Amino acid sequence: MKIYAVCGAGIGTSVLLKSNADRVLQDLGIEAEVQAVSIEQALEDQSPAQIVLATEELVGKLAGIRSEVVPVRNIFDLQELTEKLQASLG
Amino acid sequence: MPLASAFGPNSISLHSQATSFHEAVTFAVGNLIADQAVTPDYLVDVIANLESLGPYFVVAPGIAIAHAKPSEFVLRNAWALAKFDQGVRSGSHNDPVQLVFAFCATDSSSHLELLAEFANWMATPGLVNSLQNASAESVIRNLL
Repeated sequence: MKIYAVCGAGIGTSVLLKSNADRVLQDLGIEAEVQAVSIEQALEDQSPAQIVLATEELVGKLAGIRSEVVPVRNIFDLQELTEKLQASLG
Repeated sequence: MPLASAFGPNSISLHSQATSFHEAVTFAVGNLIADQAVTPDYLVDVIANLESLGPYFVVAPGIAIAHAKPSEFVLRNAWALAKFDQGVRSGSHNDPVQLVFAFCATDSSSHLELLAEFANWMATPGLVNSLQNASAESVIRNLL
């Protein structure tokens, strides 16, 4: 399964989000590939991502894509990430 | 430690003041310029990001990470921090913003390790509180 972590450029915030999502998925024992991408990449028609993790500010720009968009309030809060990923994948 | 050394001599400002989020971001990126990690053109890219995407780099309650894509304006990988005691309004759900970090990377692969380390650091329980309460630069250097 593929998960996108999104930010504007795909190289800053998204990498932080990916790093903590990887950690949470490992703790949950869920196998998934998390990729840090730019918002343009997440908006592509052929996007293979099942889930897109994005900070709340970007969620509005992702409306209508095929992937399930999961808004993240605090990318450093491992508890929040755990709960949201569990809810989406469980 | 790589993260500690990515914060240059002029990278940390305490008790900063700004009347707008735009000004706060300019201030934090100014520290990267002062450390000669980026040229002033990098700030233009960061502000363009801010204007086109909104305050999306307010990534957590009270915390912003100002950045732009790697470009010829980046001279080395570096971090900076400006702390605003009063907090600044950005229009984000995570307002007010007290900690404005600025980040720059020379290319899209070499900085991944640095960012992963930063993410780990920020996920340390109690760290954000300690940063928000820090009243001296030495306290922040020690937390690194």
